[in-house]
Parts: sequence; structure tokens; C-alpha cells
Amino acid sequence: MAELPGPKRADSDQVGPALGLFDQAFDERSNLLAVFDPRARVIIAALCAITVVSLQSLSMAFLALCGAILLAWLGGVSVRRLGYLLPLELLMLVLILTLPFSVPGAPLLQLGSFAASAEGLALALLILFKANAVVLILFGLVGAIGAGPTVHALASLGLSTKLCQLLLLTLRQIDLVGAEYRRMRLAMRARAFVPRSDRHSWRALGWLIGMLLVRSLARGQRVADAMRCRGFDGQLRLLQRFHWQRGDTLLLFGALPLLAGLLLVDSS
Amino acid sequence: MAHIPDGVLSAPVLVAGALVSTGLLAIALRKLREADLPQAAVLAAAFFVSSLISVPLGPSSVHLLLNGLMGLLLGWAALPAIFVALLLQAVFFGFGGLLVLGVNTMNLALPALAVALLLRPLLQRLLSLAPRQGSSVLAQAVPVAPAAPVASADSAAAVDAGPDPDAGEGATVQTPAESVAEDFISPRQRHQAFGAGVAAGVLGVTLTAVMLSGSLLLSGEPFAPAARVIAITFVPLALVEGLLTGIVVSFLLRVEPALLRLEVMRHVH
Repeated sequence: MAELPGPKRADSDQVGPALGLFDQAFDERSNLLAVFDPRARVIIAALCAITVVSLQSLSMAFLALCGAILLAWLGGVSVRRLGYLLPLELLMLVLILTLPFSVPGAPLLQLGSFAASAEGLALALLILFKANAVVLILFGLVGAIGAGPTVHALASLGLSTKLCQLLLLTLRQIDLVGAEYRRMRLAMRARAFVPRSDRHSWRALGWLIGMLLVRSLARGQRVADAMRCRGFDGQLRLLQRFHWQRGDTLLLFGALPLLAGLLLVDSS
Repeated sequence: MAHIPDGVLSAPVLVAGALVSTGLLAIALRKLREADLPQAAVLAAAFFVSSLISVPLGPSSVHLLLNGLMGLLLGWAALPAIFVALLLQAVFFGFGGLLVLGVNTMNLALPALAVALLLRPLLQRLLSLAPRQGSSVLAQAVPVAPAAPVASADSAAAVDAGPDPDAGEGATVQTPAESVAEDFISPRQRHQAFGAGVAAGVLGVTLTAVMLSGSLLLSGEPFAPAARVIAITFVPLALVEGLLTGIVVSFLLRVEPALLRLEVMRHVH
């Protein structure tokens, strides 16, 4: 759990992102938003995301990105976690490289018969700002709560009981199956397995996935039996109770005019 | 790159994706019994962990989508598993976004459903043939040609002979032979299972690539070059995914065929 390898580290023996982080809050830095009710934070995150995605002007999108960075900072998101944004930025790079050439408009740069338009670049930047803003908002407002409270919040906001149960069970099992995976991977490494781009490696990794599934089937049966022994009846009993306080209402009503103002300035 | 971030797609595409995913998810959740929830959760977790394994390919490495394998093994239950994985990845790893969750779910789930509908019955038939094909190998030892009748006669003989103390020798010889025949998986079956896996993997990735490019194209003409670039990156992924899915399925056929007929198990319970 202490180690947090980035998702893009090739041929790393670890499971990409640190799976243990699901169980608790990010806890990497002090979380100043922790005083607010998780439900309020989930609602505001959704409202912010809708607002950000509807923005059309570059300046407002940039402002939203700055706001998102502030939220992520307040939420205690560490710089290390931003490493997860690499795949996103890779996709953004593709857009920045292709959009200027496919959007018609005033030529900015002439490359042979291709002309890069300013409009295309603006669209690419707009998407870059919006995509990063939404992810940072999610990190700061929702991710920083931790997975358990997030699902509890979703459940009390009316998400389907079965889905919430599946989420909670899956969260727990990702930790356990992840530990199982790390054990098997260690055993492979002890036998000097180094993943390479060849038939042997692919077969070994295929068998690894297969074995993970086989053990998960057995584990699932044991879990189901154990739950039945303890009287599982399909009901979702939430262990955490949230207390909606005046601060949460204030936060909600403070955020609404802010977001509406952003949209108004954007459309004018 | 199967995760489209927020801010790219147009509103109609987002709404369509959300509606389709919500509808499919509702159906899938209704089909999922409460008693099966733990099992589904553990398998969803296993797929989640497996999709984080980086598979080396040339100088680089890829992560598998596994939606073909999920469709093949889980059927409709693949949908909530995919949704749960995408939700967690969006909130905790920043893969994808919030409003595109519907589109991203649809892009992975519809191919999984296609595999479940097209290839799952094929695999089930392959499995239901398993005992007979196994016995046909036994029958080859017997000089009489027609495989199936001889095999059934053999098994009948074994069952008759079992409890009969007078048939002593016949019972001890035939019962192990019969059980070996039941467990034996012919190379042909293994190849067929491998083929079904390859087809599932390739179909899952290819359909996802098509849907991904489609959702980009429907959002605006300027996205065409980007959609093409992304589609090209899916070609090597489809090959590796097909190969690995094939390996996994033929492995499961030998090690734990119960995983290949989860639905059948549910009726037994």
C-alpha cells in the first residue's frame, strides 16, 4: 500500500494502481473538505461536472480548471495521484495533434497541404481543460471521501440496492483478489518469470488470469456461504449514518449561484 | 484508451449512452439474484484486477479490456461488473469521467453482450459435448466403430457393475476408465475452446473499437482523425486480447469447467 506505482509503468510486477487505497480516504494530505457530508459532496461533484461539460468558452473552461485544481487541493489530493492522469493526457495529446488539422478555420500553421486552424487548437484546449477539470473535481470531492463512504452516500441518494451491494462487495474483494494476485505474481517471480513479448509470457499470464478466476470462483462460493450463515437476506444495511448539517446546506446553496454564474458568463 | 474523458462527446451521444446503459443495467440487475451477488462481486473483482495486468507487447505493453471474456463467462452479469469497474476507475484513478460513464459502459457492455449472445451458446454446446467426446476416445480402444452408442453402453455397464460384488474385476477396471473418460478433454476440444476464446476476445475488442470510434464520430466530424488513430491502436490490442482470452478459456476448460457454465450451476443450486 505504501508503494504507489503509476498505471503506465510497463512490465511492472505490481497491480497497476495501489488497490488498498479503495478502503480508506486518500489520506495523503489533510482533507479540508472532510467536514462536509459525503452526500453533499457527491451532489456538488455531479453539478460541477454537468456545468463544466456544458462550458463553451475557453476562458471559462480555464477558470473551471483552476477551480477544480483548488477543489483537488482542498480535498487533499496528492501530486502522486495526478500520475494516474497520464492515460488521459495521452488521449488529449492525440486530440491536440489532430483537431487543429480537421477543424476548418483561420490557418495558424501551414504544413505542406495541411493547415492547422486556430479554431481546432481552441477546441482541443477546451476539451483538455474540461476533461482535466472533471477528473480533478471527482478526485477532490468524491475520491477523497474514500470508497466505502462514497457508496454509502450513493445508496442514501437512491442508487439501486443491488448495485450498491455489488459495489461494496466488489470493493472489498478487489483488495483480497489483489492480494491473491500479488501472491501468485511473487511465486512467478520466485521462479524467475520476467514478462516478455513472447508466447511463453502470454501463456503464463493467461494461466495467471485463469487461475485468478478459478480461485475467485471458490472464494465467491465461500463468501456466499458465509454470508448465508450470518443471515444475509439481500437487504442492504448501511453501517454509516451521515448527518446533514447546516454547513452542507450552505455549501450546496453557495455552489449553485457560482455554477449558474459561470454558465451565464460563458453563454454571454 | 477505452475510456473517453468528459468534455469530448456531444450532448446527444452522452444522453443516448446514459439511457442505453441505464436500461441494460436495470435488466441485468433484475436477472442477477441476490444469492448470486457475492459470486458476481468476487468475479468482478477478479476481472478488475486482471485488467490492471500489463501484458507486454513488442516494445510497449497493453492492458486487456476483458469484456469478451466477461461476456463469455458471466453473460448478463458482465454488465454490472463492467459498470462497477468503470465507476471505480473514474472516481479513483481518473480514467474516463462522470457524465461519459454511460457511453463508456455502453461501449464495453454491448460487445460483452454480443459475445454472451453469439459465442456463449457455442461454448455451452461444446461443453455439453464434453463427456461424449471424451468417451469416444475410450471407444477408439474398442474395435467396434460407432462411438456414442458404445460409450453409453459402457457407462451403463459401469453403473450396473459398480454395486455388484460378483462383477468384481469388471467394476474395478471399468469405473476408473469411465471416470478418466469423463474428465478427459481431447486436444480437439481444447482447440475449439481456444478458438471460442480467441473469437470472444477479438470480437469484444473490435466491437468496442467500433463503438468508441462511432461515439467520437457522432460527436463531430473533426474527431475523425483522432477516431482513426484510436482505432489503429486497438488492432494490436485485439490480437493480444484474442490470444490471451483463448489461453484463459482453454485453461479453464481443463482446470475448472464450472466457470464456463456458471448459468448451468445456478440452476443446479
